[in-house]
Amino acid sequence: MKTDDLIAMLAKGVAPVDPHVATQRFLTALLAGGAGALALMLLGYGIRPDLAEAALAPMLWVKLGFALAVAVSALVLTMRLARPGVQPGHAWIGVVLPWLAVSVMGLVVVLDAPPEARLGLVLGRTWLTCALSISFIASPVFVGLLWALRGLAPTRPALAGACAGLLAGAVGALVYALHCPEIEAPFLAVWYVLGLLIPTALGASIGPKVLRW
Amino acid sequence: MERSTAFTDSASRLKSGEDRLRGQLLLGLDGDAAAYQAFLQAMSGHLRAFFKRRMASLPNDIEDLVQETLLALHNQRHTYHRDQPLTAWAHAIARYKLIDLFRARGGREALHEPLEDDLQVFAASDTDASDARRDLGRLLEQLPDHQRLPIVHMKLGGLSVIETAAATGMSESAVKVGVHRGLKALAALIGMKEPKS
Repeated sequence: MKTDDLIAMLAKGVAPVDPHVATQRFLTALLAGGAGALALMLLGYGIRPDLAEAALAPMLWVKLGFALAVAVSALVLTMRLARPGVQPGHAWIGVVLPWLAVSVMGLVVVLDAPPEARLGLVLGRTWLTCALSISFIASPVFVGLLWALRGLAPTRPALAGACAGLLAGAVGALVYALHCPEIEAPFLAVWYVLGLLIPTALGASIGPKVLRW
Repeated sequence: MERSTAFTDSASRLKSGEDRLRGQLLLGLDGDAAAYQAFLQAMSGHLRAFFKRRMASLPNDIEDLVQETLLALHNQRHTYHRDQPLTAWAHAIARYKLIDLFRARGGREALHEPLEDDLQVFAASDTDASDARRDLGRLLEQLPDHQRLPIVHMKLGGLSVIETAAATGMSESAVKVGVHRGLKALAALIGMKEPKS
């Protein structure tokens, strides 16, 4: 087929394009993935029984705020990386700042505690499962976002996959916080952050294969 | 002084070229086939010049890559943000396809050429199409009927959606989906069936 024939073929009867396709795909992915994450948490873990009580203490809100802040910035990054020629810009600052904030909080609490109590503050009671649970709960969001990206055109697929993983992890953390009984900042700074990093690394490693176009 | 005037002149010429192309693309996104065809036609010239400068070691692949990139521009046209500079979008797609080809060929030599000068996409045009080696018509024949028939009737035969639906016995929405998915499948086939050099 000659190039001119290809061009004529592509142009003939060309369908109008809905300018909101990208936004709709991400919205669908987040709604369906978020519902899936919530279902996994409710069925597999359950909301912590003392949630109303915990809501009076600041730590639950620190957890939710951290996860939400990372999620918003990761969404901006992922949506930008889904379009050819759009630079991710400075949105990564919105990921780094919340991370710095919880790291400093965790460090202050650890240094402030007597040496023999420090390890307990970091490990809590659920350190072994926390990061994996967040990753597991994040999985429907992760799959949904990869689907959304596959319908778009990321030219940096490893980075796009990583940001999608980070966003999925942040939503997973947001949902898992409703179950998680831990109340110490050092625990958040280590195990929640690890819970975000697992899907991020997974997204970076499979992005180049899964997001090819 | 003269140099800077000359630079401004050529910069503004590029700018007006970009504005015209962008206008055609925007009309095309709203379904104006004639404007869209003019856009693709102009893009093919720019792409050919862009690839020619960077593929001195692979001259036989240039026209194939022009066609593959045109198909990608078409399939991904919904990723163009209407406020975005057209050069940035088109260049990112052309560059992605070029790097993809270099990877498939295992040749790294051409990557020494800097790819970052994105205004250059529109700096030159080459309308002298040579023949592509890969025949898209052949690849089209490999698509399943529910994708191939809508493309053949609508895109090659020029029938409307309703006429194509009547001719194939498919529903109108299946015809639309078939064209859309078929062109994506065609782009995927190109990626898999790289001719050996």
